[in-house]
Amino acid sequence: MREESGAWSRESGAASSQLPAPSAPHQAAFTTTIENGIAVVCFDLPGEPVNKLSAAVKTELEALLVRLREDSLTRAVVLISGKADNFIAGADIEEFTAIGTQTEAERLSFEGQEMVSRLETFQKPIVAAINGACLGGGLEVALACHYRIATDHPKTVLGLPEVQLGLIPGAGGCQRLPRLIGARAALDMILTGKTERARKALKLGLVDEVVPPSILRQVAVAAADRLAREGLPKRQQKGGLPGLILDRTAPGRQLVYRGARKQVLKKSGGHYPAPLAALEAVRVGLEQGITAGLAEEHRAFGELAVGNVSRKLVQIFFATTALKKDDGVRPGTVVPRQIRRLGVVGSGFMGAGIAGTAVMNVEVDTRLKDSDLTRVGKGLKAATSLLKERLARRRLTRPQYERLSALLSGGTDFSGFSRADLVIEAVFEELDVKRQVLAEVEAEIRADTIFATNTSTIPIHQIAARARHPERVVGMHFFSPVDRMPLLEIIPTEATSRDTIVTVVRFGRRMGKTVIVVADRPGFWVNRILSPYLNEAGHLLQEGVRIELIDATMTEFGFPVGPVALLDEVGLDVAHKAGSVMHEAFGDRMKPAASLSRMLGATRLGRKNGRGFYHYKAGHKAGVDGSVYTLLAVRPTDGPEAEVVEQRLVYSMLNEAALACADRVVRSPRDADIGAIFGIGFPAFRGGPLRMIDDLTPGKVVETLYQLQEHFGERFRPAPSLLEMAKSGGRYYPS
Amino acid sequence: MLDSRRGRRVAIIAGVRTPFAKSGTVFRDVSATALARHAARELLYRSEIDGREIDEVVFSQVVSSALTPNVAREVSLLPQLPPSVPAYTLNRACASGAQAINNASDQILLGHADAILAGGVESLSDIPILHSRRFSQVLVDASKARSFGGRVAAMGRVRPRDLIPVSPAIAEPSTGESMGQSAEKMAKENSISREDQDRLALMSHQRAAAATADGRLTAEIAPWFSGPEMDQVITGDNGVRPDTSLDALAKLKPVFDRKYGTVTAGNSSPLTDGAAAVLLMAEEKAKALGHEPLAYIRSYAVSAVDPGWQLLMGPVFAVPKALERAELTWKDLGLVEIHEAFASQVLSNVQAWGSQAWADRLGLPGPVGQVDWERTNVSGGSLAIGHPFAATGARLVTTLANEMRRRDVQFALLSICAQGGMGYAMVLERV
Repeated sequence: MREESGAWSRESGAASSQLPAPSAPHQAAFTTTIENGIAVVCFDLPGEPVNKLSAAVKTELEALLVRLREDSLTRAVVLISGKADNFIAGADIEEFTAIGTQTEAERLSFEGQEMVSRLETFQKPIVAAINGACLGGGLEVALACHYRIATDHPKTVLGLPEVQLGLIPGAGGCQRLPRLIGARAALDMILTGKTERARKALKLGLVDEVVPPSILRQVAVAAADRLAREGLPKRQQKGGLPGLILDRTAPGRQLVYRGARKQVLKKSGGHYPAPLAALEAVRVGLEQGITAGLAEEHRAFGELAVGNVSRKLVQIFFATTALKKDDGVRPGTVVPRQIRRLGVVGSGFMGAGIAGTAVMNVEVDTRLKDSDLTRVGKGLKAATSLLKERLARRRLTRPQYERLSALLSGGTDFSGFSRADLVIEAVFEELDVKRQVLAEVEAEIRADTIFATNTSTIPIHQIAARARHPERVVGMHFFSPVDRMPLLEIIPTEATSRDTIVTVVRFGRRMGKTVIVVADRPGFWVNRILSPYLNEAGHLLQEGVRIELIDATMTEFGFPVGPVALLDEVGLDVAHKAGSVMHEAFGDRMKPAASLSRMLGATRLGRKNGRGFYHYKAGHKAGVDGSVYTLLAVRPTDGPEAEVVEQRLVYSMLNEAALACADRVVRSPRDADIGAIFGIGFPAFRGGPLRMIDDLTPGKVVETLYQLQEHFGERFRPAPSLLEMAKSGGRYYPS
Repeated sequence: MLDSRRGRRVAIIAGVRTPFAKSGTVFRDVSATALARHAARELLYRSEIDGREIDEVVFSQVVSSALTPNVAREVSLLPQLPPSVPAYTLNRACASGAQAINNASDQILLGHADAILAGGVESLSDIPILHSRRFSQVLVDASKARSFGGRVAAMGRVRPRDLIPVSPAIAEPSTGESMGQSAEKMAKENSISREDQDRLALMSHQRAAAATADGRLTAEIAPWFSGPEMDQVITGDNGVRPDTSLDALAKLKPVFDRKYGTVTAGNSSPLTDGAAAVLLMAEEKAKALGHEPLAYIRSYAVSAVDPGWQLLMGPVFAVPKALERAELTWKDLGLVEIHEAFASQVLSNVQAWGSQAWADRLGLPGPVGQVDWERTNVSGGSLAIGHPFAATGARLVTTLANEMRRRDVQFALLSICAQGGMGYAMVLERV
């Protein structure tokens, strides 16, 4: 036996002890066990599912560090989590929102930097033993530790997602990450907020080892012991010579900064300040030293934290978090049913997308049914390709892929449907067809099997009119492409049972969707507010306003695509059908613009047939198709100012949102805004249409609507609810 | 012997198979595992059973895949079944599928299980090609060498001829005689004419074509989605030739004895890829779950003869044994399925069952019975449909049970000849 081991074993007899907890009023978040000179500090925030960093946690940790420094038996420290699937999920955002001023926010960041620095400069080595989410402040803590070991658990992810809340990493993350893994890799993580799994983190040099969860503690303790005896390990630079030049030389980094700035501007459209601020904090730190970098970091953090964009993004974060716990009915005794088998009727683009997404995210046994085998085969192919994509991106291993793809099968009869717990139909958007399918399916399924109909326009109660069991019929409005679009509208009818609602809400959520429960009114929520907006684009087109002007105005406003391009994506036939339904339901306000029917008349359906407002070459959008103006018999004009174009489009949506809200289409302003942001890409930094009305004040909105009404007609008549709010000083959200 | 009249009885609930395809055609790039899983999964859907009801999976394969020697376990790891379902793979040559079914039925009779998924799979497109014995030894030595030099030295022993790969032949290890040669020998020794063989082949094709056209065979098949877009759907067996004729068959040259032979590609079963699976259940379990069984297993028997004699004559002993165990005679049978490996083999078996002279020669008390072709192989046979070795038994049971229900037949029998001189027979009953 070597001498060190001897010393170790001598110590071990006496040295297994619990450090006394400080006499704090609250329950301790950290438990420390010292074995053989290694202090294992276990972070387990009482009463919380995840570990979060807060002022109280910080105080406790700092006191603990003092005691560990003084404790002569302790040679090294292991920081580990007591939670099953998270290390530290980040800072406590509730605490963060209480901040009122820029100075306070700056101080919060500064104090975070201080605490993290104390970890880094701690005289005894600290090993971070990471199992589960290690995000934001959690990763900043880990970065300050001297050695990082992550588990290969699928929930182990590392990242700095602050920019997604309009912030930057404010506890030294902008400084330590580039120093550890190089400027390029660090900017890639910080500017997008993306997370990395353990294997990738190892490759990047973000962690030193990856081990199975079962031996994490043991390996971490051994590493701590090794570090205490042998000192810190030398880390090798990754990325070879070109990497060395780009990451480790000033001129090389200039190139990196320039490229990163360009990419950020392209992606954010200039609406989101956080990524640029993060880039600056990284740049200052690398070029002028860590002290200057930290100063820039907490300065920018303070500025962003009280800024409008971050406030909006944080509100959205809270809204989506709350939605994840909202089952769509009043909380009570309703128990969701387990979905062990899913039946999907109709294997077209939507049906296959639903099937593939369900298999991928819920891992549920899924049976496709269509009228002929060729269609079934194509649907299976489309659904499987979602899995193949993940396999190619290494998000799935080959055995996982084999298992998941075996969950997918199909046929032309209803075999397997008697065991289905949920059937979703995604057949042709035609009332009679859907009723027919419902009747056929009802003959095959159990009395308690839920029947969901995927429709964007047909009222659910009409489809359910002849159902044998209307209580189990519900609408599920998926958006296309199903695997990518984050929103799902659940539409119960008057007759739909509560457990049906809860079950499909939960299922939709497991499919990875943000779910809102909306009323069975024409257009539901998303298409209700989208319709007048797209129709207004139609009016603008009919007046000869240039397509480029319309679309550029709205992308400038913050939408991912302009309304004309969106019409091409949705398809003029689909838009027309929806438009007629809306016209019928809501009268002249929604009367379809002539331009849209002219396009349809000329079988210009948009992207789907390669003929729309834009040219399409090999599936890619390629400039405005000038012949559209001839078809519409207009001379293109740059006439109106962008401001007017924007007002007409935006206010048509705001006004309809107010009308629909008064109609109780949505259950809360929260659902309304989340639906608009996730369903149609309403600019997140504006918080959603209702948040926008609040920000503008209903009085101002009414004023503008009156002006628009005067110039452009009755369709802009302000919603009565807005008038009422303007008069009474009401708002959608408490101020 | 545990027999079916002592309380428990084993029900055949349903059977499903993949399309059968000549090797090297549509399943060229498909593994045996994928075929087996496809048939088994579709069976689970069509029988509307909850995977949690399955107690075991018994599968069979004759030429096993090198990387998945226990294909049954791959089947039982289908996500539609709980991972706790045990599984094993067996090999009784061409009777493997039938043996899997009877191993399952034995377990059910014993009360060890209530529901078992049994079947067989064969992919002759996916066979192991071996290195020569010498080259394998070199590879093993090289992998054990401790130094680079040792590895080089081991590899240095390789001679060019060692690199010629070895592919398994369908020949008897004990006699060196191939299947086809045995069939040729039987044709000669039993005076089976070329014309009679061709006539049987023609009947097999015509009946299979008719049963495909009217959907009787198609109903047993789980469509296979192939092609890059999965839109080329295979719903039938590509060996069946609806348009073949005696003239066309007569034109084919004998394969195994070019000069005096009568066995041709036309009157032999082709090398085939495919899988078949059958769901078996204890009678009371089937009742409890509301299944309506197609038929029940009444008895089975296996026999073997000296491979050096007439290799494919095993059934002449297996059939009377199974009938005796079933306490039935040939006359009680409403339907018969005889596996058609070669027309000469079928006609030799038929001849042996039917004559007193053969009975004397075989030491049987009397002739087993006269084959009535109106009740035999009514949906065609392996000559047309194909013969993926281990899948055939499960196909025969499925087809026979379905036809028994269609015709409301009380007793039926199937007979299979197998490599190694073995014969296999099973008796099914209804109500």
